[in-house]
Amino acid sequence: MRIPLLISTLIARAAGAVSRLSGKGGGTTLPGRVLNALDASASARLACRIKQGSAIISATNGKTTSAAMAAAILAPRYRLAGNPAGANLSSGVATALLHTRGTDLGLFEVDEAALPRVAEALQPRVLCLGNLFRDQLDRYGELEMLAERWRGVVAGLAPESALIVNEDDPQLAQLARGREGVIRFGIEDTRLGGPLPHAADARYCSNCGVAYDYQLAYVGHLGVYSCPGCGFSRSKPDIWADGITLEGLAGSSFRLHLPQETLTVRLGLPGLYNVYNSLAAAALAQALGARPAEIANGLESTAAAFGRSERIEIGEKELLLLLIKNPTGANEVVRTIVAAGTPKTMVIALNDGIADGQDVSWIWDVDFEPLLGELERLIASGGRAAELALRFKYAGFPESQIELLRSTTEALDRGLELTEEKGELVVCPTYTAMLELQNLLAERGHADPYWQRAARAREESGQTRKPK
Amino acid sequence: MTTRIRLCHLYPDQLNIYADRGNIAVFRSRAERRGCELEVVGVGVGEALAPECDLIYLGGGQDREQALIAPDFAKRHDEISAALEDGAALLAVCGGYQLLGRGYRDRTGVEMPGAEILPLETVAGEGRMIGDVSIECELDPGELLTVVGFENHGGRTLLDPGAVPLGRVVHGFGNDGESGFEGCRLGKAIGTYLHGPLLPRNPWLADWLLGQALARTLGEPPELETLDDELEYQAHAVALGRARERGGKFR
Repeated sequence: MRIPLLISTLIARAAGAVSRLSGKGGGTTLPGRVLNALDASASARLACRIKQGSAIISATNGKTTSAAMAAAILAPRYRLAGNPAGANLSSGVATALLHTRGTDLGLFEVDEAALPRVAEALQPRVLCLGNLFRDQLDRYGELEMLAERWRGVVAGLAPESALIVNEDDPQLAQLARGREGVIRFGIEDTRLGGPLPHAADARYCSNCGVAYDYQLAYVGHLGVYSCPGCGFSRSKPDIWADGITLEGLAGSSFRLHLPQETLTVRLGLPGLYNVYNSLAAAALAQALGARPAEIANGLESTAAAFGRSERIEIGEKELLLLLIKNPTGANEVVRTIVAAGTPKTMVIALNDGIADGQDVSWIWDVDFEPLLGELERLIASGGRAAELALRFKYAGFPESQIELLRSTTEALDRGLELTEEKGELVVCPTYTAMLELQNLLAERGHADPYWQRAARAREESGQTRKPK
Repeated sequence: MTTRIRLCHLYPDQLNIYADRGNIAVFRSRAERRGCELEVVGVGVGEALAPECDLIYLGGGQDREQALIAPDFAKRHDEISAALEDGAALLAVCGGYQLLGRGYRDRTGVEMPGAEILPLETVAGEGRMIGDVSIECELDPGELLTVVGFENHGGRTLLDPGAVPLGRVVHGFGNDGESGFEGCRLGKAIGTYLHGPLLPRNPWLADWLLGQALARTLGEPPELETLDDELEYQAHAVALGRARERGGKFR
C-alpha cells in the first residue's frame, strides 16, 4: 500500500527536526532519504506542486556557484525553492522539495551521477549542463559512462523544455547536436586561452575517436576544438563572454553578450571558471525570462558560495577557503592563487571520504608546480596528509618546508599562527575537510553553521517562505 | 655506476588516467638522488620503442582511450619481447596490465587483442572492483614486501596455470576477486591493478625496478643508496590501514 504523501512528508520533516536538534548537521539530506525510502514517487509528486516548474544545473565543477548566481538573478522575479547548501544528490533534492510551499520556481543543482534520477522526477523546464571533468573515478566510474547517462537524460527531456549546454565542452556540444532550440554558451576571448593541460579529459572525439585539434583551451578541456576525423567542431555560442580581465582573487570583469544586448559585468568571484559559471547562470536565467539588467545585477551581487573562495574573519586575520576536489577545479584554484600572488604559507587538507573520493590519485594530476617558486611553507593536513606531502616532495618542494598535521584543527591553528597580523591565510580543503573546518569555525563562533548561512542566503534572496 | 636510465613511456597521451605521471616522477627523483639521470621517451601510436631501453612504463586509460591504442599495442609483441630479452624492466598498471596479456574480452564477447607478453587474459565481469588493496610480494627470494594501492577495474584477470602473480592479496580484490592473486610477474616485467599512484607509497618497489633497469647494462642490480623515506612510510601506513578497514573482500 502506498503511504499518503502527507504522512511520508510529515515523517521525513520530523526526521530533519531530530537531525538538527541532535546537532549532527543541518538536516539537508536525511529527510529526503527518509522520504525516498517511504515513497519512491514522492519527489515527482512534490515537484508537481511547484507552480512554474523547475530548472536544473548540473556540472562536475561550478554547480553550487552557478546555481547561487542564477538564484540571485531570478530572486526578484520568482519565489524560489532549491538546495543552496549544496546537498545535490537525490536525497538533498527530495529534502528541498519538502520546503516548496509558497514558491513558484524550483532551482536545483544536481550531482552529475544523480542527474538521470532527479531529472526523471523533476521533469525540468530548463536543463543547464555546465561541464564534465574527470572526478572521483572510484565513485562515478569512467567519464564516458557519465556522458552516456547524460545522453539518456537529454533524449528523455521534453521537447518544450530548454536545453542549455557549454559549447566549449565538446562532450556537451556533441550530446546537444540534433536537438532543436539548444542554447549554447561559451568564451570568445582567445587572449586567455592556452595549450591543453596535462589533466585534460576530452581529447578524443566521441563520434569517431580521432584526437581533436584544439586551437586553445580555457579551463581543462573547455576551449576551441574541431575534429579532423568527422568534421565536428565548436559552433558560435548564443551567449558568450569576451573582453575578460582577471583581477586576481578580487574577481573579474567581462562583456556579456546576450541575444538582446551586450553589457559589462564586474564579478566579485575570481578566475576564468567563474566566468563560465556566470555564463551558465545567465543562459539559464535568460531562458526563464530574466532581463539583461537583472542578469548583470544578479551576477554582480553574488557572493562566494559555501567554501568556494569564501572569506571568513578570525580576529584581525582573514581566512580564504578555496575548495579543491578534482584536477581541473584544483588547477583553476592554483592558477587563481598564483595570479593573485602566491602566499608564503598555505594549508592544503586532503581527506579521502566518499564525498572526497576514496582514491586520492587525482592530486598527482593537479599542477601544483606553479606554487613552488613563492611558497615557503606547506601545512599538509587531512587523513591523507602524507600523500599530499609526497606530491609536493616529488615535485621538488623541500621536505623541510612541509609540516604534516593530520588534524584540520591543528593545521588551521598552525596556519593562523604563521599568518602575520591583518594577513590572510589561504586554505585549500577537499569537501569533507572543508566541512570539518566550517564546523570548527562555527564552534568557535567565527561563522554560523553552514546550513544556517545557506538558509539565510535563501531567505534573503526570497527563495523560500520564512520558517515560522 | 651507469649514469642514465632510459625509460620508454608508452602512450602517455592516452594511458594516464590514474596519475601515471606520479610514478614517472618517483622514478626520476629516486634515480637522480642516486646520481643517475632518467631519460623519459614518450612512445605514441606508430612510433618505435627507443633503442637501449632500460625500463618500459604503461599506464591505465578509460575504455575509449584503451581501445584507441590497443590495435597498435597488439603489434608490439616482438618489439617488447626483444627489449625484455635485452634486459629491460617493465611496469604496467591497470589498463596497460590487461593489454599485456592475450587480450580483453568485453561483455558482448568482443575481443580486444593484447600484446601477449604476460601469460594471462582478462574478461569483463559483473560490477567493478573498486577499493584500497594491500598485497604481499616476494620480489627477491625470501624477502616479503607489502605493496599498497587502489584498484578500480571491471575486468577479471585470469593467470595461466604456472604463471606467477605479483603478490598475494591481503585486503582487496586483486586480479579477479576470487583467486587471491594480484598482478603478474615475468622476470623483470610487472603488471598490476594497483594505482594510487603505485610508487610514491611503495618506494621499495620503485627501487627494485630501478635496480633491475640498471642491471641491463651492469649485469646485476646495484646496491642503491638508502634515501630518507619517512613520508613514504607514513603514506604507506595510512594506505595499509585503509585497505584493512575498507578494502574489497575476495572470496
